[in-house]
Amino acid sequence: MNEILIAVIPVVIIGVICAVVLAVASKFMAVKENEKIPLIRECLPGANCGACGFAGCDGYAKALAEIDGTATNLCIPGADAVSRKLSEILGVEFEDVVEKVAVVHCAGDCNNTQDKVEYIGIESCTAAKLIFGSKGECPYGCMGLGDCMNACPNNAICIENGIAHVDTRLCTGCGLCTKACPNHLISLMDDVERVVVTCSNTDKGAFTRKACKNGCIGCRKCEKVCSNDAIKVVNNLAVIDYSKCPECDDFGVCARECTTGCIAVSDFNGIHRFKN
Amino acid sequence: MTNFIIIMLSAVFINNYVLSRFLGICPFLGVSKKLNQAAGMSVAVIFVMLMATAVTWPIQTYLLDPNNLGYLQTIVFILVIAALVQLVEIILKRYIPSLHKSLGVYLPLITTNCAVLGVTILNIDEGYTFAESMVNSLGSGLGFFLAMVMFAGVRSRLEGADIPKAFQGLPITLVAASITSLSFLGFSGVIENLFA
Repeated sequence: MNEILIAVIPVVIIGVICAVVLAVASKFMAVKENEKIPLIRECLPGANCGACGFAGCDGYAKALAEIDGTATNLCIPGADAVSRKLSEILGVEFEDVVEKVAVVHCAGDCNNTQDKVEYIGIESCTAAKLIFGSKGECPYGCMGLGDCMNACPNNAICIENGIAHVDTRLCTGCGLCTKACPNHLISLMDDVERVVVTCSNTDKGAFTRKACKNGCIGCRKCEKVCSNDAIKVVNNLAVIDYSKCPECDDFGVCARECTTGCIAVSDFNGIHRFKN
Repeated sequence: MTNFIIIMLSAVFINNYVLSRFLGICPFLGVSKKLNQAAGMSVAVIFVMLMATAVTWPIQTYLLDPNNLGYLQTIVFILVIAALVQLVEIILKRYIPSLHKSLGVYLPLITTNCAVLGVTILNIDEGYTFAESMVNSLGSGLGFFLAMVMFAGVRSRLEGADIPKAFQGLPITLVAASITSLSFLGFSGVIENLFA
């Protein structure tokens, strides 16, 4: 019995000393954290997507609590509900969040274009682009190897028929896919009904046509039919100025008149195509 | 002086904690994917090894040995090292936030690392004096650093290599680790003859 005690007592004493030292240290050397931070952090969705421009949700919560004037409407996945909660906690005016959705500016699927080379290697668009420029006939188009799909935290992107598709019901508009795409084909757009150019090829019409049936050949027909001067062909590619779109009295005329069908009307529940 | 150099060099190369003694394999495989993470982890290990030795050597020599309590070595060392690392973390967070940030998550991760415990126990077993123990700990930490950084480089090469499917992931990592370990076998016997 005595021997057991001799062994136990020193360990207990050392343990107690350690515990007391730690307790005292954590009491006296505590770093004061803003008490709003955990409150704010609880409201945020916790996807750590970085769409707000800060390093994850923790970073945004810290900025909100400590830097005055940080906007409360930066959390795009959280949308209006989170913005409202944040405004309540911080006691500032509620700001509306414009929901964003990712759009793939390429429709060069297996029916419209074909592979230039047979690519065998790492299943990654970035890798394929490093080797061949692009694996498809069109050097600007979607390679369909799924870098965006892997980047998406919500499984909103799938590769179908050789190109990336965004499921807008799942897309929270975090924008991680826009950074993942080596061809910069994906952009974020406000989640309202819009016309979208589903091509990113800036080659001359003849080359584009050869590479892909869907490609924008820069024929300027959309420029002519648009009554608001909203569409300009720049570098053989139609570019839409969305600030002029709301005034349109014949919505979707550009999409209907497009010779190759590369302009599409989108309510973001699936792109509607008007193909001749 | 020669004594210290021999202890130092043999801790780094011949008795390298990861590659020869096979202690601390967990961080060696877990945190060696990226070079900067491997370096951060290793610096934290060096730091903790030195601190732990500075505390455990006096405890063993002046508390346990005189009272015939040498058999409590393992449990007391674990207890003391864990508490010490927590204390160091609190102090760093308060007074040197930049260092705390760069050591980051690695500091609490290595509280119960077997390499750290191994160094402190082996220091006692080898019968080193306090100064020798500190040199040995520094050398062991540097050896850990060397192994981690080297292996991070090897792994970054593995990423781009065309590996058969059956070997992808952990298997090829272990094969690479064993070859790296074999290469360190070449150092054995070098140091003893260096100063002969």
